[in-house]
Amino acid sequence: MALRNKPVDVVIVGFGWTASIMAIELSQAGLNVLALERGDLRDTVPDFAYPKNVDEIARSARNDLLQNLSRTTVTIRHSKNDIAVPYRQIGSFKPGEGVGGAGVHWSGVHSRVMPQELMLKSHVTERYGANFIPEGMNLQDWGVSYEELEPHFDRFEYVCGTSAQAANVAGKLLGVPGGNEFEAPRSRPFPLPPLKDPPTSVLFAEAAKSLGHKPYGLPAANASAPYKNIYGCQLGPCNFCGFCSDYGCINYSKASPQTAIIPALTRMPNFAFKTNAHVLRVNTDSTGKKATGVTYLDAQGREIEQPADLVVLAAFHLHNVRLMLSSGIGQPYDPDTGSGVVGRNFCYQLINSVNLFFNKDIYINQFIGSGGVGQAVDEFYGDNFDHGPLGFIGGGVIWGRQTGNGPVRGIPVPAGTPSWGSAWKKVATDYFLHSGRIESQCSCMAYPGCYLDLDPTYRDSYGEPLLRMTLNWQDNDLRMSSYVGDRLMEIGRAMKPLSISGRIIKPGSNWDTRPYQSTHINGGTAMGADPTTSVVNRFLQSWDVPNLFVLGANVFAHGIGYNPTGLVGALAYWAAANIRSQYLKAPGPMVPT
Amino acid sequence: MRRGRLILLGLVLVVLVIIGAIAALVFRDPQPPLDPSLLARRANVDNGAYVARLADCAACHTADDQKPFAGGAAFPTPVGTVYSSNITPDARTGIGAYDLKDFIRLMRYGITRDWSYVYPAMPYTAYAKATDADLQDLFAFLREKIAPVDQPNTPSSAKWPLSMRWPLALWNAAFHDSRHFEPDPARDSAWNRGAYLVEGFGHCGTCHTPRGIFFEEKDVSGRSDLFLSGSTLDNSSPINLRGNNADGLGRWHKEDITEVLKTGRSALSAVHGPMTLVVADSLQFMTDADLSAVAVYLKSLSPAPGDHRATFQPSEKTYQEIMDGNRNDAGARMYMDSCAACHRLDGQGYDHTFPRLAGNASVIATDTDSLIAIILQGSRLPSTADAPSALAMPPFGWRYNDEEVATLATFVRASWGNGASAVTATQVKAILDALSRKDAAN
Repeated sequence: MALRNKPVDVVIVGFGWTASIMAIELSQAGLNVLALERGDLRDTVPDFAYPKNVDEIARSARNDLLQNLSRTTVTIRHSKNDIAVPYRQIGSFKPGEGVGGAGVHWSGVHSRVMPQELMLKSHVTERYGANFIPEGMNLQDWGVSYEELEPHFDRFEYVCGTSAQAANVAGKLLGVPGGNEFEAPRSRPFPLPPLKDPPTSVLFAEAAKSLGHKPYGLPAANASAPYKNIYGCQLGPCNFCGFCSDYGCINYSKASPQTAIIPALTRMPNFAFKTNAHVLRVNTDSTGKKATGVTYLDAQGREIEQPADLVVLAAFHLHNVRLMLSSGIGQPYDPDTGSGVVGRNFCYQLINSVNLFFNKDIYINQFIGSGGVGQAVDEFYGDNFDHGPLGFIGGGVIWGRQTGNGPVRGIPVPAGTPSWGSAWKKVATDYFLHSGRIESQCSCMAYPGCYLDLDPTYRDSYGEPLLRMTLNWQDNDLRMSSYVGDRLMEIGRAMKPLSISGRIIKPGSNWDTRPYQSTHINGGTAMGADPTTSVVNRFLQSWDVPNLFVLGANVFAHGIGYNPTGLVGALAYWAAANIRSQYLKAPGPMVPT
Repeated sequence: MRRGRLILLGLVLVVLVIIGAIAALVFRDPQPPLDPSLLARRANVDNGAYVARLADCAACHTADDQKPFAGGAAFPTPVGTVYSSNITPDARTGIGAYDLKDFIRLMRYGITRDWSYVYPAMPYTAYAKATDADLQDLFAFLREKIAPVDQPNTPSSAKWPLSMRWPLALWNAAFHDSRHFEPDPARDSAWNRGAYLVEGFGHCGTCHTPRGIFFEEKDVSGRSDLFLSGSTLDNSSPINLRGNNADGLGRWHKEDITEVLKTGRSALSAVHGPMTLVVADSLQFMTDADLSAVAVYLKSLSPAPGDHRATFQPSEKTYQEIMDGNRNDAGARMYMDSCAACHRLDGQGYDHTFPRLAGNASVIATDTDSLIAIILQGSRLPSTADAPSALAMPPFGWRYNDEEVATLATFVRASWGNGASAVTATQVKAILDALSRKDAAN
């Protein structure tokens, strides 16, 4: 017989970024909030303490901070005609685990979104005509506008201590170098000034300018100075240690739930959390229209029921979608008929990455780095350029970053270098302090053939069916990626390296799940105005179960080019604000169906 | 023979007189009758709750958070381990049978209702300065707001003759000043309030004032320049709080003091060791006016005497030597490798995040126990309402041996203008042994 805890007002599945945001906002509203995290407690000291934290083998090669794939993973296939097989090794994307989740090991690039991206279907139709949207693309608006989200983007930036130069404050261009002239209006500048640009970024910016582009400093959630945020939490300045992505931050400078929210949150007597609490499903009543709480496995493997008035799915993207499917909430998407919504519009990003090798006059100490800092250009982002003659939708941000490198993480060498022996050693020695990497991170649209469902064959160690990913690059995105890749190469050549080599995704490429790309998987429980094409309404409230809210990148209607964390956080703040101002006063559907 | 007997009789008389004098001392009631106006006064329980925070009763009397003030916390003393008593209003095992006069007698003289003397581990030596009204409010708080807990007191581990308590009457006669606090008419109300708090409920002197061979504070009344001049206690080095420029509060502004008391951190320093709990349990709850008064009082203190004290003169020299590549000595190299990421090569740290080491009173204190303990075990700031982040320094005892820790500590005490004595491997070993014993006991 299942054990049953005392009821709480709100139970939150997960304890990463979105969970922490929802938890503190609802705890401040006076509710009794409980967060359930399936992993362990993680804190800067002892878990990310220097020097043990800067262990490339443990963190980058063996990924000890990430999800343990032997306990639960996903299966992947390119199309519904293939058989999906388990993702047994960390590769293309890096799901997190433990308190803080992916907010611990992310890089810290903290962008917003382009206003047009939130209503891309309307915008493309208006600018290029309805026929411009290719057959077989599920393009749809998100149901919320940038203007509505602006205060929440702002709030999340002031929580993180995001460091950058603003360009457009309240509609007025400041004209200060380093700002992004393409950016949508912001109500006020960033909370902290920009980080210093590392050498790769300096060279990138110079080359971009020489081509007539307007490079800007990426917004970085790696604090550029000591910073006390709106919750009173203290962040310390980034010291460019070069151990960002894959690693917890050693000195409190990368914004994470641990540094930015949890110290204030755990002081609140009406907030509690449990670790080693693996949520199996959301429970609903006999009507199926009301969530009664969740069921989870505790550390001893006992099944425990946690009743609650309000349920929030705030785990990583994959688990949120899977929980909807395993709990039988919302109609699962059927790729054959096109009906149903849960699992529909699964998207990712296409990332082109090239290494540049310079002569010995150009000194780039690759050990130095910070995850969020860099110089970028937005000329080929979103709909910032005329797509008419090009015939595709979407674009990408092109950047020169320097996040830190090391002997285990990878010693890039020019194409054609022998992969072992004294020749390799010589080349590696010649170039390690004289090379850099530039990339373009491109959007990925939604297609009927790219979706999520439950695997019919494979189960995890808890006996639950694995989530199955069906995705491959589609023609529109491949042509777009190729175009942006060409622009990337132009900038690369203008940086005057001795050689360039790397990967450009173009027509003919398939999604290779082995090399790391980015963890920016999204979609599956799309938000929107239309219940026939979305799982949650514009307030991230489930259309089917009004006391269930779903957070995370899984609510994206399609992929965006920027790093998604800024938008994910803003949407969580938006949802929390509307729960406080509307839902709590009148529980029930917030959007008429 | 007669002369012998006379001498014997004389000796017996002398002994009887001494015994009589001691008995008179031990058995007299030093507490005068209570003022009728006090008995007529209505106790303010809210003030009593605040006084309990000021006096930090919970620090010693709450061993189990589920049973506030039920006692049972262990304290090593020179005579053995003593255990804090149950001060819940339980009639049998707590202070339920106490009346106000009993309570005041305990707080001012260290004498219990059943006429036992408490060890001055209970700081009645400081609480004696309290006004009767504040004690009345505290008593009311304990009786009305704290749940009675049936938990008999644990007897101390002291063995006879060390278990005898009556010698404390002699100790009190020699070293205890039981007078109420007397405001100084030449000073303003803020100073007097600050003095009242620091010398009384704050009992700062019990840690920060050096002690003599009978473990008495060398100045318990705050009248000399030894008061709060720094001490050593329980593997930590409570700093000199007097006006010395180098190792005291001479360079601090009032705001630095109020901030570090309220949040555990300021632009100039951070708390560590036992003081983190003091901030977490007591000081963070003080009103801003009271914190300000404490700062006013502390800033008025003259420098403490002593040629042995450290000097401090800000200097770029160490930083320049490091940047020029001229520091290959072990201390500098360990510092660069383990410390500089947070505390920086110039020893300036980062404002309110990582304490600066240059001119840091804790770093250049005469007693080096704290510095050694921090390097070995790390340190964690308290979480307070105003500053919730409990920023932590990781331990390095696992990384460096005794000799290396001593070299590193010596380096920071002699860099960036710090002029403090070297640290030896023997000192490190002593702290390491003491910390291991403590860990094993817990």
